[in-house]
Amino acid sequence: MANTISDETIEYVGILAKLELSSEEKEAAKKDMGRMLDYIDMLNQLDTSGVEPMSHVFTRNNVFREDIVTNGDDRENMLKNAPDCKEGAFKVPKTVE
Amino acid sequence: MKGLKLPEKGVRSMSRQYETVIGLEVHVELATRTKIFCGCSTEFGGAPNAHTCPVCTGMPGSLPVLNKQVVEYALAVGVATNCVINQYCRFDRKNYFYPDNPQNYQISQLYLPICHDGWVEIETGAGKKKVGIHEIHMEEDAGKLIHDEWEDCSLVDYNRSGVPLIEIVSEPDMRSAQEVIAYLEKLRLIIQYLGASDCKLQEGSMRADVNLSVREVGAEKFGTRTEMKNLNSFKAIARAIEGERKRQIELLEEGRTVIQETRRWDDNKEASHAMRSKEDAQDYRYFPDPDLTPVMISDQWIQAVKDRQPEMRTEKIARYQKEFQIPLYDAELLTSFKEMADMFEDVVALCKRPKEVSNWLMVEAMRLLKEREQEPGDMAFSPEHLAKLIQMVESKRINRTVAKSVFEEIFFHDVEPEAYVEEKGLKAVSDEGILRNVVEEIVAANPQSVEDYHNGKERAMGFLVGQTMRAMKGKADPALVNEIVREILNR
Repeated sequence: MANTISDETIEYVGILAKLELSSEEKEAAKKDMGRMLDYIDMLNQLDTSGVEPMSHVFTRNNVFREDIVTNGDDRENMLKNAPDCKEGAFKVPKTVE
Repeated sequence: MKGLKLPEKGVRSMSRQYETVIGLEVHVELATRTKIFCGCSTEFGGAPNAHTCPVCTGMPGSLPVLNKQVVEYALAVGVATNCVINQYCRFDRKNYFYPDNPQNYQISQLYLPICHDGWVEIETGAGKKKVGIHEIHMEEDAGKLIHDEWEDCSLVDYNRSGVPLIEIVSEPDMRSAQEVIAYLEKLRLIIQYLGASDCKLQEGSMRADVNLSVREVGAEKFGTRTEMKNLNSFKAIARAIEGERKRQIELLEEGRTVIQETRRWDDNKEASHAMRSKEDAQDYRYFPDPDLTPVMISDQWIQAVKDRQPEMRTEKIARYQKEFQIPLYDAELLTSFKEMADMFEDVVALCKRPKEVSNWLMVEAMRLLKEREQEPGDMAFSPEHLAKLIQMVESKRINRTVAKSVFEEIFFHDVEPEAYVEEKGLKAVSDEGILRNVVEEIVAANPQSVEDYHNGKERAMGFLVGQTMRAMKGKADPALVNEIVREILNR
């Protein structure tokens, strides 16, 4: 494996992803990420000069909706997807910025 | 520390001259009927989560589809602010975790925003100046978090989630609170005229974040900037700019440094506090949203937007003076709000008395709005009723004093003036016989005033006219009363 992931990097990625990793999980994740970057390095060996960067695989553009209300009040069903609810709202652990 | 005055420091700071550098990020909620990526209503004030679906609550497997009207509005604003249009633009995901953002990413535009490199012209006491627009991008709003008072939890309402926004990012071209206010007022007018948003700061349909730094006059490099949030009135913005400018200068004068951070303005305390600093700056890991296809904007589409562009304020001011023969002052005041201009044009079309209409709106309507701390957009009366009122005054069916009180009824309750005047018995009394009898009585009851009048005190006549009007409960034709009083006194 050409790419080695540092402890700091895996710690940082864990924070960004809101994941608490055990030390075994960290080691495994470091290995996985290293392998992924090796693969990207392989792609980087290709000559892509003159190739437009591609963000979408579809050939279609401009897929639009008209500005017309099509959804009614379906909150009972929506709240079924909530981990918990209270007074018609999704209930989550207290979050203050 | 708040309220602590440091006069000596203040004096010392005079030795160095500072310049304030300000750039703005303005979020505007677009006036579409539906959200940006789903067919949910954007209506304000529904029960919590009444306007939600799997797309705007971020359910796995749901697919966003772009509302075409959002692109139309963004294009219209871009054209009106002299922007270059990115004819190939697309959406990116901005990744962060917060419960008001159910997908764990906000769909926004980073790499290819729809508009860039524009400008608007502002005017302040110091003259005219161009403020550059760095870019305008389309994005979705977040939900609303309410912190429960009784339980250790937060409640989320996703009605706002997915409501379309444009974010207008200015260049750091402003140097004072006055310029910032002028810029915001200019943007608000343009956007209101386009019908793209009602732009109400208090209700949050227009929100401004202020990026501010200070530097010594003549310095080339910008100072470290802070970003200020939670500014929901022009007054709060002006106060926050003044407060932050002072805070940064004081730091520098004390030999300390400004930290790049986001600060929250508390308008009640007239002070700000740090929300988050650069150290825990967010790493948003933007990438193109694979669920949304790119948007291609053809030359024809841009041309169609240009062709549909409504008459803007400067053109209206010129037309009002020419077509309606009203003074520049009137034209400027009437056009300072789109809704006021619309009302003016509607009423004039009905009664063909531009100066009269202008007077009623500028004096009476503006006064009532000010008293109630409302904006012209809150006017809810029918133009027909004001037009009718103006005709009634003109044909002397009611006098001006009565008309003013009837106008208030129209303004607040949209009454039909003819029926209202009939019902309340407010019709002007112009029957000379009746008026003459009343004047005779008043004159007989006030011999002192009659004597005063004959001794050259013109005021005494005014008193007698006033007494007559009072006896007539304000309904008499004042010109006629004047005439009769003078005639009787000079008998």
